[in-house]
Amino acid sequence: MAKHETPLLDQLESGPWPSFVSDMKLEAEVRAKNEAGIEFQIPVDAVDDLLGVLELSYVHGRTHWKHGGIVGVFGYGGGVIGRYCDQPEMFPGVAHFHTVRVAQPAGKYYKADYLRQLMDIWQMRGSGMTNMHGSTGDIVFIGTRTEQLEEIFYELTHNLNTDLGGSGSNLRTPADCIGSSRCEFACYDTNGLCHFLTNLYQDELHRPAFPYKFKFKFDGCPNGCVASIARSDMSFIGTWKDDIRIDQEAVQAYIGGEIAPNGGAFKGRDWGAFDIQKEVIDLCPTECMWMEGKELKIDNKECNRCMHCINAMPRALRVGKDTGVSILVGAKAPILDGQQMGSLLAPFVEVNPEDDYAAVTEVIESIWDWWMEEGKNRERLGELIRRAGFQKMLEVTGIKADARHVSEPRCNPYIFWKEDEVPGGWERDVKEYRKHHKR
Amino acid sequence: MAFVSSGYNPATPMENRITDIGPRHFEEFYPPVIKANKGKWLYHEIIEPGVLVHVAESGDEIYTIRCGGARLMSGTLIREICDIADKHCDGYLRFTTRNNIEFMVDSKDKVEALKADLKDRKFAGGSFKFPIGGTGAGISNIVHTQGWIHCHTPATDASGTVKATMDEVFTDFQDMRLPAKLRIAMACCLNMCGAVHCSDIAILGYHRKPPMIDHEYLDKQCEIPLAIASCPTAAIKPAKHELPDGTKVNSLAINNERCMYCGNCYTMCPSLPISDTEGDGIVLMVGGKISNRINPPKFSKVVVAFIENEMPRWPTMTQVIRRMVEAYASDARKYERVGDWAERIGWERFFEKCEIEFTHHLIDDFRDHAYYTWRQTTQFKF
Repeated sequence: MAKHETPLLDQLESGPWPSFVSDMKLEAEVRAKNEAGIEFQIPVDAVDDLLGVLELSYVHGRTHWKHGGIVGVFGYGGGVIGRYCDQPEMFPGVAHFHTVRVAQPAGKYYKADYLRQLMDIWQMRGSGMTNMHGSTGDIVFIGTRTEQLEEIFYELTHNLNTDLGGSGSNLRTPADCIGSSRCEFACYDTNGLCHFLTNLYQDELHRPAFPYKFKFKFDGCPNGCVASIARSDMSFIGTWKDDIRIDQEAVQAYIGGEIAPNGGAFKGRDWGAFDIQKEVIDLCPTECMWMEGKELKIDNKECNRCMHCINAMPRALRVGKDTGVSILVGAKAPILDGQQMGSLLAPFVEVNPEDDYAAVTEVIESIWDWWMEEGKNRERLGELIRRAGFQKMLEVTGIKADARHVSEPRCNPYIFWKEDEVPGGWERDVKEYRKHHKR
Repeated sequence: MAFVSSGYNPATPMENRITDIGPRHFEEFYPPVIKANKGKWLYHEIIEPGVLVHVAESGDEIYTIRCGGARLMSGTLIREICDIADKHCDGYLRFTTRNNIEFMVDSKDKVEALKADLKDRKFAGGSFKFPIGGTGAGISNIVHTQGWIHCHTPATDASGTVKATMDEVFTDFQDMRLPAKLRIAMACCLNMCGAVHCSDIAILGYHRKPPMIDHEYLDKQCEIPLAIASCPTAAIKPAKHELPDGTKVNSLAINNERCMYCGNCYTMCPSLPISDTEGDGIVLMVGGKISNRINPPKFSKVVVAFIENEMPRWPTMTQVIRRMVEAYASDARKYERVGDWAERIGWERFFEKCEIEFTHHLIDDFRDHAYYTWRQTTQFKF
């Protein structure tokens, strides 16, 4: 018997898509029965009350969670987010209901045993409800009480060799696409770089010392499956400098219809026979492809690596071998000054685990030095770049201006010159001037 | 409910303390075939919706079954996922950026049994636990935020709007009939803890009323200068306020005309609550994308300025989404994303084909972003 009536939420149990309401009811029931004999460290009826408070939000059309509160584990400023219910008498099981962010393994790969160990902790010391995963990428545990935080942290670090993630004005838990672990398009090992930088910058991740949040995301190729170009202050997108590799036999197999285009992504509809001219060559944004008899030709120098031809014919075309990353900076959602896409800063940077990715960390650290010095409270990197100018960022990173940095050169000629760029500087003698120019 | 210690001693918090160890190393969790062929994958193919095969240079294969899931997930369900992984996949599994679960097996023989197992698992209410799909030219799982389940600033629920939407477009989760992939994203307030500003279709929770001022408590709870500085439009200024009992308190005044309801002040000062039953609801945005494929990434554009919260299933919202998906499915060209289609036919035609009314709220009036969106040509369509 459910603790609270939930007539509105019950309507979300029907329909084919997995119902979070059914799932919560299942968890509430499992806790109530407690067949596993768990010594619950927060109220047994936490999930019942979570359903109850959500139902009340469905009645009121408003949230019933209070604002923040400072909670955390000793020595960390991030990883835990305080949360309290604004109807604690009605729902005592969730009166205190903090979030714990747990660092996810790169690529979000797991083994069942590890997930079970995590759940052993969380079903005993928390509500048992999670997000797999939060929008930033962490494993998110929803709902525990303050006195459990150190216990959870102790068990995570001592028994599971696992740490908390980031929250607040710090480096947020970096996240990556699947990368070269299972994707033929990946131009580098996103898992390797993500894991390395996550560990290198643990201090920045756990102790807020930044003006605001800072996000790294790692995409293996310009397809951008982890959306780094839209949502990360620094976006690392795999790319290559040399030629696309062509298997001419496979090209013919696509033309002949033996292989379905785009890895079979269009199988749900009859689009007619594959037409390489119409579907690949004519859609190439740089018009750098053509057929010469039975051979597909690419003028690689003109290719902008948009990925369309490779996506369309993955068995015929492969990314080049001379690979690295493009680094883009300053992406963010609209809050507060409007949306920003990542802007290209470094067209090509080597990804080399042998020297601890020195070329990458050099760019990161020069940007942090500048942002920590100049950024205002709650100013994202993208906003600082707009305020101070892109040229300032080139200056602090020591990257030389390049036509690749702009989609077009400026339309207005209001060019700011630095004094040392103009012969003789700005200090002039008006008396000398007046010798030849009367008042 | 006796307190059980993990070994942590609050009297000596630094004793044996382990910090800054980061996540577990990913290689521990790679299925052996992934570990053996990393960086040497040759090609992939979507065999059927939700089922992929990746083939390596060595000839090794890995078959992936992708299943949708609510991102809000219980420990009990996660244990069931673990049992499935143990039964079919030697314990290995992964999650995708879009909250799908991927079960991987190293041979084709193991695929059918795994699929059959997944299809049979249902919740008591009747919904699938692990629907297979989310690949190719279809609709994948919705990335979304917390909503009313756990957040202090949402203007709508996330899990509920997502469930309602995915039920509506479920056939396109399990099919690949669309002209290109179509990605839906959901954020329950303007903070957008997910990239909804660059999605084919974005569901955005939105407030429409300036915050209230809790004068009695404001000075006790908040840093007044911080609240003032938090406002991007300088709509907040300091003000004295006289309470009904005659006490004068330090407080704030808000220029309501300038407020864009972003809620940033509320984040800085809990005495400025912003949520409201009638004021809050949904904005729909369209045409964004992340990929560099064919043309550059794009921002989503607002196409419906407001839809009220209609709990529990948001029918007006899901109907507009359905109309957009159908218009796109029947009108766009192969490989054309929603935004590319809208730009080719023109936005005036987009509104017509999707049967959405264009209102004055859709003309940008926020800072210099606005100017670049007004039409400066006579090239328009009647």
